[in-house]
Amino acid sequence: MMDDFHLFPVDASSSAQQVDWLFYALILMSLFFIAAVFLPIFYFSIRYRRGAKVDRSNPQIGSNLLETGWTVLPLLISLGVFTWGALVYFRLETPPANALQVQVVAKQWMWKLQHAEGKREINELHLPLGTTISLTMTSEDVIHSFFVPAFRVKQDVLPGKYTTEWFRPTRLGEYHLFCAEYCGTNHSAMIGRVVVMRPADYEEWLNSGETGRSIVFEGHRLFQERGCSGCHVDSRAIHAPPLEGVYGKQVPLASGEIVTADDQYLRDSILVPGKQISAGYENLMPSYTGHISEAEIMQIIAYLKSLGEQRPER
Amino acid sequence: METHLEAESATARIVRTSGRMAPVNYLSREHGVKSWLLTTDHKRIALLYLFTILFFFTIASVAAAMMRIELLTPQGDLVTSETYNKLFTIHGVLMVWFFLIPSIPAVLGNFVIPMMLGARDVAFPKLNLISWYLFIIGGALALWSLVHGGVDTGWTFYTPYSTTYANSHVISMAAGIFVAGFSSIATGLNFIVTVHKLRAPGLTWFRLPLFIWSMYATSLIMVLATPVLAITLGLMSLERFWGIGIFDPKLGGDPVLFQHLFWFYSHPAVYIMILPGMGVISEVITCFSRKQVFGYAWIASASMAIAILGFLVWGHHMFVSSQSIYAGMVFSILSFIVAIPSGIKVFNWTATLHKGSISFHTPMLYALGFIGLFTIGGLTGLFLAALAVDVHVTDTYFVVAHFHYIMVGGMVTAFMGGLHYWWPKITGRLYPEFLGKISAIVLFIGFNLTFFPQFLLGYLGMPRRYHAYPPEFQVFHVLSTAGATILGIGYLMPLMYLIWSLKHGRLAGPNPWRATGLEWQTESPPPKHNFEETPIVTGPPYQYSAEEDNQIEMANV
Ligand code: HEC
Ligand SMILES: [Cu+2]
Ligand SMILES: [Cu+2]
Repeated sequence: MMDDFHLFPVDASSSAQQVDWLFYALILMSLFFIAAVFLPIFYFSIRYRRGAKVDRSNPQIGSNLLETGWTVLPLLISLGVFTWGALVYFRLETPPANALQVQVVAKQWMWKLQHAEGKREINELHLPLGTTISLTMTSEDVIHSFFVPAFRVKQDVLPGKYTTEWFRPTRLGEYHLFCAEYCGTNHSAMIGRVVVMRPADYEEWLNSGETGRSIVFEGHRLFQERGCSGCHVDSRAIHAPPLEGVYGKQVPLASGEIVTADDQYLRDSILVPGKQISAGYENLMPSYTGHISEAEIMQIIAYLKSLGEQRPER
Repeated sequence: METHLEAESATARIVRTSGRMAPVNYLSREHGVKSWLLTTDHKRIALLYLFTILFFFTIASVAAAMMRIELLTPQGDLVTSETYNKLFTIHGVLMVWFFLIPSIPAVLGNFVIPMMLGARDVAFPKLNLISWYLFIIGGALALWSLVHGGVDTGWTFYTPYSTTYANSHVISMAAGIFVAGFSSIATGLNFIVTVHKLRAPGLTWFRLPLFIWSMYATSLIMVLATPVLAITLGLMSLERFWGIGIFDPKLGGDPVLFQHLFWFYSHPAVYIMILPGMGVISEVITCFSRKQVFGYAWIASASMAIAILGFLVWGHHMFVSSQSIYAGMVFSILSFIVAIPSGIKVFNWTATLHKGSISFHTPMLYALGFIGLFTIGGLTGLFLAALAVDVHVTDTYFVVAHFHYIMVGGMVTAFMGGLHYWWPKITGRLYPEFLGKISAIVLFIGFNLTFFPQFLLGYLGMPRRYHAYPPEFQVFHVLSTAGATILGIGYLMPLMYLIWSLKHGRLAGPNPWRATGLEWQTESPPPKHNFEETPIVTGPPYQYSAEEDNQIEMANV
């Protein structure tokens, strides 16, 4: 799959064909316009070449009808293509619920990935066929971009911010993973492979070798080790908000704003707690910037998410 | 103009075999280095620019050649990754800011705008010279950075790589671009005022040659967009030097903000790099089909529409940057809309050929080549505007191919066409027509062989700025490098025969193409102040008549 010669890329995800169809439509549209321009040029060039004895009387030097035609027709076609592109784009950019989560941390020049069950990989991503996967990604340094051509997906991976990317592999095999955003010296070595396996093989792979503990478990451990629980769970001295069920909720802030507690909000709460302070609390939480890695923050967030699932809402 | 025309068509019936050299012209009037370095003559400044940009073009081409050779094999074996990254940075920076942006405006524009207007010079001749010096200072800073180890950020300088992680001469390179930017602002301002203030009597706005309209639109962009580039590069340098925290998230900044600012300039800059070319094509197409241009007002308005709409589409470079998807949709639809005026131009040029008397001199071959390549470049731009396809092809060779079709296939082709078209006016001598045609064809073939395979590479998923790549892409890269070799020959040929023609070319006479523009109504090369007496214009431009004209032979055939 990876190393053979192709004219068009393999399609190995549920989105690939949708993008391809749009691509073919664009090719058709281009052929139409190329014909509309090149054929007359060839025809006129031959017929009206210098010296040819043809009728050249009453040349036209303008026609509002023609002008309107070649303004409106391309405009209509464009609007059609735009709408089509936008619909597929919307789908590409909106991860379905209940996807299998994989955390991705990029750095110069490698991809570090961790599956929800705890298995870690570098520059490789093993996936079960037919399962929807959602990546939550961030970078430790510069901007990178997670690009799997066979899936027709690409998303920049930014420092200080979470981005997501999703796909559902539909074809077994090994595919290229590229960093598509220029990120420095070894940019072209920031590559890897995506391995799509039968679900049973994937299970086996998950439980082979060094499996590690699940992300939620690690998150829980960190939550205690790093002293979060000291304030957030059983402190009488410090008044800190309970975190059960906080994920996905509307949180009123001291500033009067109301924000959704998504991944980005939780991340900022840990790294820059002073930026958004929950209403009714004081800015007592220390910043963890520099004391905690991107991967660890993702684990804690996974743990906080899981809290909502196990305990009653607050 | 009517009177000129009558006189012209009377003489035009005679087959011109040779012209004469104007006895005292802008070239022969004064000699010596000082007469050049202190000149305020727009024609001499145009030539100063011509030599300067050819110098930068050569360096940038050598960088491209080295990249193309490196990419012959999948492994990165000729140069290190570090060097490769510096090569594409220097190629991009020099080609964009030190070749393409000044190419048609500062060389051909400087030379012909005042002449087309019937003026003695641009509005601010001294500022014109200052522009060139700013350009030289900017270029010197860029060269300094290059000689001292280069820059490896890519011409886009994305943060936080450029501000925090890059280990190269980012600030001095940015300073070079910053200074060169002021050269472009000054040139734009000069042209705007020139067009407003120095039009010959009777030369109303809708009698202006279309080249003037396109240069006017270009100048507006230069004046309005370039300051944003200055601000952006300034902030980037401040952040790199002092860590002020605008772009680096570790300091509370936002790296995507840089992209917004950068593309707010750089998308309009794409039009600085194509509108002037469109202007040249309008001149050449009409002249060599001996027909009044089709849809004058539409072509002129299309230039203005492009200049304005061009400011509203920058976000199409950022569909996968984490920008809101709804913003993406707005930028997408606007990008489709900005393509419409370009389409209008292409259709009008095509219609101009209808009932013409078409001859295929070198400038015309370039013009037709331009239409073909620009059409492909523009259409593939729609692939990139179509959101879902862009997600797949952005940051791949598809984008590389697309913008080379616009900038090389479009702008450089137009520059070559314009250079050949006005060469007799600039030098007083004709270039060898046969060689001219051959090299135009060689360039066309070489160009397509170089860049067409890159569309396929891009859709296959080959990312841009890759020093090494998976082996299955090799076939396309080999084709591309082969094409680049032909392209190289296609550039060397004109360089040689144009230099040859300076001494040995046949004398051109005032108007070898029997063109109607005011610049052709004076001697070749023109006298210092262009016209012995100020021309008076009494009618619309492009008063060609294919029917009558078909009987007359052209010079130099
Ligand atoms: C010194 C006590 C303290 C520690 C230790 C602490 N926090 Fe907090 N935390 C607070 C307080 C007080 C607030 C409310 C004020 C604010 O929003 O900054 C808060 C707010 C939060 C919020 C926002 C909750 C909401 O409802 O908006 C999150 C999420 C959070 N902390 C997570 C953590 C995590 C994860 C850790 C461990 C890495 C941690 N905290 C460690 C005191 C603490
Ligand atoms: Cu990277
Ligand atoms: Cu753009």
